[in-house]
Amino acid sequence: MRTSFRRSAVALAAAAVLLTAGCTATDSGGASGVVELNYWAWAPNLDQVVDIWNEENPDIQVTVQKQDGGDPAITKLLTAIKAGSGAPDLIQAEYQKIPTLVSADALADISAQGAGDIESNFADGVWDAVTLGSDAVYAIPQDSGPMMFYYRADVFEQLGLAVPTTWDEYADAARAVHAADPANYLGTFSANDAGWFTGLAQQAGASWWGIDGDAWSVDIDATPTEQVAEFWGGLVEEGVVNNTPMYTPEWNAGLNSGTQVGWLSAIWAPGVLAGNAADTAGKWKAAPMPQWDASAPATGNWGGSSTGVTTQSEHPAEAVKFATWLNTDPDAVAALVTTANIYPADTAAAAAALTAPPEFFSNQPDFYDVAAEVAQTVAPFTYGPNVNVAYSAYNDEFAKAAESRQQARFIEAVAAMQKITIDDMKKSGFTVK
Amino acid sequence: MTVIEAPKPVVRAEYRPAARRSNFRQRVLVPYLMLAPGIILFVLFMAAPIIYTLFLSFQKSQVSGLGLGSGSRTTTFAGLDNYIASLSNPEFAASAGRVLLYGVILIPVMLGLALLFALLLDSRRTRGSNFSRTAIFLPYAVPAVISSLLWGFLYLPAVSPFYFVFDKLGWDVPSLLASSAVIFAISNIALWGGVGFNMIVIYTSLKAVPTDIYEAAKLDGCSEVQIAWRIKIPIITPAIVMTALFSMVATLQVFSEPTTLRPLTNSLSTSWSPLMLVYRDAFTRDDIYSAAATSIVIALVTFAISFLFLRVVQKRAFGQED
Repeated sequence: MRTSFRRSAVALAAAAVLLTAGCTATDSGGASGVVELNYWAWAPNLDQVVDIWNEENPDIQVTVQKQDGGDPAITKLLTAIKAGSGAPDLIQAEYQKIPTLVSADALADISAQGAGDIESNFADGVWDAVTLGSDAVYAIPQDSGPMMFYYRADVFEQLGLAVPTTWDEYADAARAVHAADPANYLGTFSANDAGWFTGLAQQAGASWWGIDGDAWSVDIDATPTEQVAEFWGGLVEEGVVNNTPMYTPEWNAGLNSGTQVGWLSAIWAPGVLAGNAADTAGKWKAAPMPQWDASAPATGNWGGSSTGVTTQSEHPAEAVKFATWLNTDPDAVAALVTTANIYPADTAAAAAALTAPPEFFSNQPDFYDVAAEVAQTVAPFTYGPNVNVAYSAYNDEFAKAAESRQQARFIEAVAAMQKITIDDMKKSGFTVK
Repeated sequence: MTVIEAPKPVVRAEYRPAARRSNFRQRVLVPYLMLAPGIILFVLFMAAPIIYTLFLSFQKSQVSGLGLGSGSRTTTFAGLDNYIASLSNPEFAASAGRVLLYGVILIPVMLGLALLFALLLDSRRTRGSNFSRTAIFLPYAVPAVISSLLWGFLYLPAVSPFYFVFDKLGWDVPSLLASSAVIFAISNIALWGGVGFNMIVIYTSLKAVPTDIYEAAKLDGCSEVQIAWRIKIPIITPAIVMTALFSMVATLQVFSEPTTLRPLTNSLSTSWSPLMLVYRDAFTRDDIYSAAATSIVIALVTFAISFLFLRVVQKRAFGQED
C-alpha cells in the first residue's frame, strides 16, 4: 500500500504519465443508448467487481482503466483537467487528495444526484473527508484504514504485560519491552509517514484544516497535535521507542526477527505483516488503539480511498448510481472484500462481509469484530487543499526532531508545519482565517 | 549569411540555371539537410523546453477565496516574484551549501583515485590491466538509483553484513546515515560509480601520448614515478580539467542518490540538494512556476561556475598546446 522504497519509482512513473495523459480520450454515450463510463482505479482486481455491475446493468457499462497507484492517477487526472479533456467519468481518490482535486475543479459535487442519502452508511470521520465539512459531497467512500494497535501476543505474555488501553499504559509497556531487551522496541516514530502521524493526531481530536464561512482555517499547532508530538518526543528522548523510519529494509527485518514488538498501524496491516514478517505468523494480535480518554474511544484513519465523479463526466447521474452500488450494495461490498482485498468504508456491509479473520491472524477469530468496533470510532478530520505541502513539511521537520531525540524539537516541528502550511496557502491566494 | 552568394560572372549564361540550382543544392540545402537532425532535436528537446521553462518561471497560479470549484484558480504574470522567492529561500541556500561541501569532498577524492588507477594501468609493470580496467569501470554501468539501493542496504546496521562483522568484533561503528555522516554516505556512492568513468577518460588520454617520450625519459634515467609525475600528468592535464568540469556539473545536479536514500533515514530532507528542492516544489507542492525559476537559477549558476573554472585553468591546462 505505501512502500516508501517505491516512492521514487512512483514519482518517475508520475512524470512519465504526465507526458502520456493527453492521449487518453473518453468516449461515452454509444448510439444504442448505452451509457459508457470510464473508471480510473488502482485497487487490485476491481475490474472483477465491476463485471458484476456490467452484467446486471446492460444500459450503464463501466470500463476500469487500471492505474499505477494513488499519486500517479491523481497527477494524470489533474493534467487532463488542465487540458480540458481526457479525464475519466470516475476516479479512485485517496481521502487526503480530495481537497486538492476539488480545488483544481476536478471532482464534481454529487449531492444533487442523491449521494447525500447514504451518509448513515459511513463513520462520521470518513464522511467528513468526502464532504470537507460542507454541504457538498465530492466522493463516495470506498475503503477506510481505521488505525489499530498490533502487538506480539507471545512477547506480551512472556513479559507479563497487559494490552495498553491508554497512551500512558503504552508508554509503560514501551519501557518494559525495551528494558527486557535493549534491542527491542514496542514501536518507532517514523518521520517518513505523514499519513501515520495524521492518523494519530486525528485520534487525539485534531482537524488540521477547516472551512469557516468563505475562509480556510489551519489548526495544526493546536492542543491535540501538540499533545501527540509531546508524547512521542518524550518516548524518543527517553530512548524507549525507536526514531528510524518505517518501511525500510531494517524495519522489515525487525518485524520478522522480533525486535519490533508492536506496530501502530491500520486495518490493512495483516497484508504488510504477512509479506514482511512471515516467520511470526500466529504470534500477532490486534487491539483497539491506546486512548487519550478511555471513556471516549477514538481512532484515526491511515489510508483508504473513495470513488469520485469528475467534472468532465457527461453522465454524472449514472456515475453516481454506479459508485453508490459499488460502495454500499451488500453483494458489491462482499466482492470488494473477497476479490479486491480492501476494508470497506460502509460499516454495516463490512461487518456482514467480513467474518473469518485474515489468514495471518488465524489465532484471533474476533479480528474483524475488533476492527468493526474500532471503525465506528473514527474521529472527524478535514483535509485541506495543500495536504501535500503539510505532509512534506512533516517529513522534513519531524525528521530533524527525531534525529535530535529532543522532546522540545518535536513541539517546534508542529509549529513549523503550521507555518509552512499556512504560508503556502496565503502565497497561493487562499482566503485563510 | 555568406552561403547564398550570387553566381560568379565568369560562369557562362547557358550554364547558369543548372549551375545555380546545383550550387544552391550543394552549398545551402545539403549542409542544412545534414544539420537538420541535430537542429530539429536541439530545438525540440533543448530550446523549446528551456523557453517554456523561462515562460513558466514568470508566472504563478493564483487562487481566490476557498479555491474550491471552477474558476477559482487563475494563472497570472508574476514578474520576478518567483526568482525573488527562490533566491531568498533559506532552504535553497542551505541546499547549495550542502552540495558545495559534497563537491569539495567528492571531486578531489574521485579524480585523485581515477588518476592513480589510470597511471597504474598505464604503467608497464601492471599485469591483468584489462580485467582491472573493466572491474573499476563496471560500477559506472550501474544506474545511480540501483547503486543507492545497494549501498542503502549496506548502510543500515540491522541488515548490513559490514555491521554484522563490526558487531562480532565488538566495534561500535556509528551509522553512516546519521546526520553528521550522511554526506559521506552519499559521496561514497558517487565515488563508487564515478571513479571508473573518469579513469577511462584519463587512461584514454594517456594512451594517446607517444611512447618515444617515455623512452627518452628512461634513457635520461627517469623512474616510473618520475615519468608519471613529470611527463604523464602535465601532458594529460587537459583531460583532467575536462573530468573536473564534468564532475563539478554532475555534483551540482546530485539527485538520485539522496532521493533514493531519503526514505531510509531522518538525515535527508526533501530539499537536501537544489534539484531535490526543484522536484519537491514541482511535484509535491504542485508549484511548477517557482520550480521553473529555481531551475533557471541553478542552470545559470552551473554555467557561471563552469565558465569561471575554465577561465582560471585554461591558461595552465591548454597554454602549451598553442
